[in-house]
Amino acid sequence: MSSSASRRPVLAAAGPLGALPAPSLLEQVGAIARRSVVRTFRQRALLVFPLVFPLILFAINGSALSAARKIPGFPDVSYRDFALAVPFLQGALFVAVTAGTDLARDIQSGFFDRLALTPLRGSALLAGQLGGAVVVACVQSLCYLLVGIASGVGIASGFGGALVLLALSILIAFGFAGLGSLLALRFGTGEAVQGFFPLLFVTVFLSSSSLPRNLIKTEWFKEVATYNPVSYLIEGIRSLIITGWDGQALALGFGFALALSVITLSFAGAAMKNRLVRT
Amino acid sequence: MRRFAYVARGVAWRSVHNTLVNPAILLPSLIFPLFFLAAFAGGLSKVAEVPNFHYGPGYTAFQFAFVFLQSAAFGGVFTGFAIARDFDSGFARRLLLTAPRRSGIIAGYALGALARWLLTATLITLAALLAGMNVLGNGGELVGIVGIGVLMNLVAALWACGVAMFLRTEQAGALIQMPVFVVLFLAPVYVPLNLLSGWIHAVAQINPATAALEAARGLLAGSPVKVALAFGLLAAGSALFALWARRGLASAERAG
Repeated sequence: MSSSASRRPVLAAAGPLGALPAPSLLEQVGAIARRSVVRTFRQRALLVFPLVFPLILFAINGSALSAARKIPGFPDVSYRDFALAVPFLQGALFVAVTAGTDLARDIQSGFFDRLALTPLRGSALLAGQLGGAVVVACVQSLCYLLVGIASGVGIASGFGGALVLLALSILIAFGFAGLGSLLALRFGTGEAVQGFFPLLFVTVFLSSSSLPRNLIKTEWFKEVATYNPVSYLIEGIRSLIITGWDGQALALGFGFALALSVITLSFAGAAMKNRLVRT
Repeated sequence: MRRFAYVARGVAWRSVHNTLVNPAILLPSLIFPLFFLAAFAGGLSKVAEVPNFHYGPGYTAFQFAFVFLQSAAFGGVFTGFAIARDFDSGFARRLLLTAPRRSGIIAGYALGALARWLLTATLITLAALLAGMNVLGNGGELVGIVGIGVLMNLVAALWACGVAMFLRTEQAGALIQMPVFVVLFLAPVYVPLNLLSGWIHAVAQINPATAALEAARGLLAGSPVKVALAFGLLAAGSALFALWARRGLASAERAG
């Protein structure tokens, strides 16, 4: 009995044939999320490059810019400690591209159109699609943290802070994954999603990723970094590594990450409705 | 020789034409170096206040030399992407069938890479000058910087050409790009070599890109250093990767 129940197609319609009840929202999300996670882990190239590239940059910049700690006013920590926050953001950008490209591929291949014919809800489809991205974000964040600790970085906020750091970085990645999904739903092609990647990457460069904002000498750059929300995402993560428990930095970090998630998912939800209507 | 030039000219013209008419190809190669210049010269200018940092023309010029050479190398890398795309689309196989002298194909792609980079180099030079970059080198020394850039572009283009022709798929992009990226960033990018410490100092000392970067910075400052070494290494690299690209072409010919 139970085995036949477990083989029941999760997305089966409860139509006039009426043999099966409609799956719950949770079941719908679970089915799509499982597919998204499996697909992500099958594409090893998509996993390895986003994982390795930020670590290479961290290794190089952490050493190449170590002289920066001699700048008067630089925090009293090694540059590697200071720089560890950056891979979390870069990883989140890769998550955005992975999530968006996967969704765009479903749209381009017609899989999305076929799903639209099932009783699957749009919200379940969107949440499920983000499942793979969130799993990748978890693996990446844990990896960056462990590599950082192994390379001698101390977490000033301790074990609890490390857990909060993971939570913040996953929330940031979730927000960016929502952005990737929004781009995929809006434009419908993987090329378009990947075309936005340089633009996203630039937001990390034009932030306080390399130096604290008060040490940025060029006025226009300091201004841009101050208005750039990515600065606050980085500073939220960085505060847990080099300062300890900094309420303001954490509030701003979590606040911007939450705002990013809410805004991108709201727009992605609306775009999903449009696309379902179109199909 | 005439047939070689005929093929090279045709491939180069197509490469430049494709770049100019396709914004998705043109814009990243123009915009990325500008952002690197802005991020490094603007965002890190305080690094010039590190004790023992001595570079006459200032931090903008210090970073310009790096971005200039980086754009040269990536001009070659982007051409590798184009070659891989030509194989994926089937164009390259038709080209191999019709070209009367196939080695002209490599020369054509390399010329295309050079033309693309000259456009980028002009743009970032203008941007750096507008940002207030000081140039202390004389005319001859500035020609020397351009020469280093041309050879850097050639080395990267031949490397990329070889990889693209061996693998013949767009998925080779990461393999084309990553080694170039890593070699460039393992040079003294942010501070002079004497201010690096630890493993990065040891690696930067033996990295051929370091000599090219230091020579370009020296020429820009009007006090040349390691110029002969840089030209020698880049010429040797060009010869080595010309062989590599030729073997890649032979591999593509065998694959049909």
